[in-house]
Amino acid sequence: MNRTLQTTLCGLAVAALLAGCGSSVNLAEPPVETRTPVPVAGARTPAGTSVGATPTPVAPSANPAGTPESRVATVDLARTPVSAAPTGRIVYFDFDSFVIRDDFKPLIEGHARSLAAQRARRMTVEGHTDERGSREYNLALGQKRAEAVLRSLALLGANETQLEAVSFGEERPTDEGRDEAAWAKNRRAELKDR
Amino acid sequence: MLQALAGSAAGLAAASAQAQFRIEISGVGATQIPVAVPDLRGEREAGVPIAAIVRADLLRSGVFRSVDSPAAVDENAQPVLGEWRARGADALLGGSLSRLADGRFELRVRLWDAVRNTELLGQSQVVAAGDLRLAAHRVADAVHLKLTGEPGVFATRIAFVVRQGRRWTLQVTDADGEGAQTALASAEPIISPAWAPDGRELAYVSFEAQKAMVWVQDLPSGTRRVLAAFRGSNSAPAWAPDGRTLALTLSRDSVAQLYLMPREGGTPRRLTNSPAIDTEAVFAPDGRRLYFVSDRGGAPQIYRVAVDGGNVERVTFSGGYNISPAISPDGRLLAYVTRLPGGAFRLMTQDLESGALQSLTETADDESPSFAPNGRLIVYATRTQGRDVLMTTTLDGKIKTRLLTTGADMLEPAWGPFGR
Repeated sequence: MNRTLQTTLCGLAVAALLAGCGSSVNLAEPPVETRTPVPVAGARTPAGTSVGATPTPVAPSANPAGTPESRVATVDLARTPVSAAPTGRIVYFDFDSFVIRDDFKPLIEGHARSLAAQRARRMTVEGHTDERGSREYNLALGQKRAEAVLRSLALLGANETQLEAVSFGEERPTDEGRDEAAWAKNRRAELKDR
Repeated sequence: MLQALAGSAAGLAAASAQAQFRIEISGVGATQIPVAVPDLRGEREAGVPIAAIVRADLLRSGVFRSVDSPAAVDENAQPVLGEWRARGADALLGGSLSRLADGRFELRVRLWDAVRNTELLGQSQVVAAGDLRLAAHRVADAVHLKLTGEPGVFATRIAFVVRQGRRWTLQVTDADGEGAQTALASAEPIISPAWAPDGRELAYVSFEAQKAMVWVQDLPSGTRRVLAAFRGSNSAPAWAPDGRTLALTLSRDSVAQLYLMPREGGTPRRLTNSPAIDTEAVFAPDGRRLYFVSDRGGAPQIYRVAVDGGNVERVTFSGGYNISPAISPDGRLLAYVTRLPGGAFRLMTQDLESGALQSLTETADDESPSFAPNGRLIVYATRTQGRDVLMTTTLDGKIKTRLLTTGADMLEPAWGPFGR
């Protein structure tokens, strides 16, 4: 689909998402506002509670006319296109493992040779996991997978300076299914040119 | 749509008007304080259902139940407390909402003890229209504190991530799920939001630069800065209680390890030194130790370490896979997620003194527990009926509420501090 249509659809999706939110989407940078905490008698200072004829007054809100105290400003990031690596550039892993299986060694050897032959070439190795486990643990596991491939590439001839290992953890599955077949496809490292 | 409530004896349905989220309460606590909260005089004219917000807050805590209150009672009334006692109420809240000449509103309330025939508190707040819900939550907090001796968390906020297709937003709502505001909208994943202790900033992980980096964002202004963008992945931010340092997970030296970073940024100090994955650090409330996840023993377990890097000791010994630690504000309880033998991921607590374990849910995909700042509730993410939702639970697992939104997944909740 062309870029304008893509942008419009994204804009509509964002608008739809934000339509239910309490604050308006305000992408212009507002000035930083200082907020004075509003003490409330009885909430956290029981000693200050008055039991008597008149309710205890509380300091007025710092922004009398307008902005609520709890405003959250929205920051909207631009979209970046994402592409997955073609098959000849993916190494798959067993559950909770970062060990490179024998059947993927030829694939890695091929890329290492190519990097050794062209020292100007750069590659990023992206590590991924299936969805089981916490996002943070999976981020680290994906990183270990990427690093394992990177080390193999380096051992087989590539320069470390040509390579970077990053991880997407469980955040970029190729298959959103919730069975072992899908999970197996997500436990991978992708080799991408930079 | 509200589901049928399970085991509810007192009509605990709390539907939020114009809500993007639905609070569904299931389960009944052992003892509940009956409180009458009639509508406030003048609230209908003002158009904000103060009493309904207070009632819903009190119900959601699991500690109170609502007594029907037919007519408005204002703070200047002389209620016949015996009549309210006869209706089954232990306490009565009355009040009024009036609009001032400058456009602000004055909210006045009084709380009576119907058993002892005394006044318990009187309070007035003057707020802008946009802060009326907050004012109602503060009334609920005052009632909670007065009647239970413990602070309520109704005026606090929760941050979390909403994922819809390939679009992520970092959102902040009131603790009742209302008033959602978007702090960040992105076409790349956002994970691990962490509140600064003063409630003004959120640290989080964003993949906007095609790898994990830690950002810190000032919520009122939207001003944001990169805290960590080192080689590899930068993630798992956690604030020290004094707000001056953050723990981070960095893979800059090859495998995920814990580092400490000043809040302004700069040079991180390495905290752990293992050949394994060390991640998901959280500070103990005294700021002197951190709890974290490490698979140095072969599979992920929870450990703790002194802030100088010494005295690493393992904390979880039950179960072969334990992750996502959260520590209660009094430092006594560890909440975490365990993987059960059948593969389910379940929220648990462990008493750090006695070692006693408690299972809190019956779901199979629990993630990301976070304590409310009064230590009485835990918010977590889970999956029900094919949807990723947020839930809160009391510490005994008996009272739960569910926050969900249509057509999107809700993830990574973090409960904000007192004082917003």
